[in-house]
Amino acid sequence: MVDSDVFVQALESLGVNFFTGVPDSLLGGIIEELLTRKLYTSAVREDEAVAMAAGAFMAGKIPAVLMQNSGLGTSLNTLLSLNMIYRLPCLLLVSWRGFEGKDAPEHLVMGETMPQLLDTMKIPHRTLSEQTMADDLRWVGQTFMKQRIPVALLIKKGIIKGLHP
Amino acid sequence: MRPEQGTMQSRAQAMAALLEVLTDQPVIICNGFPSREAQKLADRPTHFYMIGSMGNAAAIGLGVALSKPSKKVIVFDGDGNVLMGMGTLATVGALRPKNFVHVVFDNEVYGSTGNQPTISNVVQLEKVAKAAGYVAVERVLDREDLVYEFKDMLKNDGPSMLLVKVNEFVEDAGRIALEPPAITARFMKSIE
Repeated sequence: MVDSDVFVQALESLGVNFFTGVPDSLLGGIIEELLTRKLYTSAVREDEAVAMAAGAFMAGKIPAVLMQNSGLGTSLNTLLSLNMIYRLPCLLLVSWRGFEGKDAPEHLVMGETMPQLLDTMKIPHRTLSEQTMADDLRWVGQTFMKQRIPVALLIKKGIIKGLHP
Repeated sequence: MRPEQGTMQSRAQAMAALLEVLTDQPVIICNGFPSREAQKLADRPTHFYMIGSMGNAAAIGLGVALSKPSKKVIVFDGDGNVLMGMGTLATVGALRPKNFVHVVFDNEVYGSTGNQPTISNVVQLEKVAKAAGYVAVERVLDREDLVYEFKDMLKNDGPSMLLVKVNEFVEDAGRIALEPPAITARFMKSIE
């Protein structure tokens, strides 16, 4: 497992300097680390977080939005009718709840359909792993700058140390 | 027709009065006719015209305001938009960005889709903003009060909300001329 501070440091090294989002238990460790570093702005809905990140980008920041995959549903219209058409990039750090059907019932449908949903939305995505983290983040940086659209990094349970190890 | 409507300005008249006061401040303008009217009245590089993502105007403005604390950031919003993204009033109220001025043109209808009623005739949005933690809120009807309060909000620390009651008149204003990526590029350059 990757330590939260190592992951946050890697994101900062990549240039990410505006973090917002809505929490998920799988992202708890990352958010705690961001709060310690005073880098996190709490949002009340995922579409709001995505729109705030878009504003921050236009004002010179490199933004990331943390969310549970249910938040992709909530922010779908903002991602499509703001980020995609205005070319406003953003790093989406999305926890993959419902992966392989092992989760509470409310997560199962989104857990199964999320990769196809992202493909349909034409949002490039990768699944983070400890072994490939450096390469995953390099890919994020390149895709972000080249395509200028949201890029999703999917985070499964057990990849990054959380509040409840 | 509402009883006080005869005395009210149109949104375009109110917007024109505010645009006369503004110079190089970033302005985020919500989707629908407000953006089209702003473009017609005064097309400036500092204008970010939304054409989609209804409900997100204040959140976009908040992102700009937090990242550019030296600039007063203005949001031109509508009652339908504020109601859709009402949670953002809470986020603004909690974060209290001093440089955030939220103007709401309240015509009590979804004007871009055929004047279906909103619920802002019952829910007073500036009171919601005040309860959420906005430092200053005002509700105005006529042009004189509008300009006076707006100048005050530009001068003082916010976040503040200026709610202006307007009638349902919609200006004959064409679609946004620039392609969205060009709006982004122009806006970013103008607020560097």
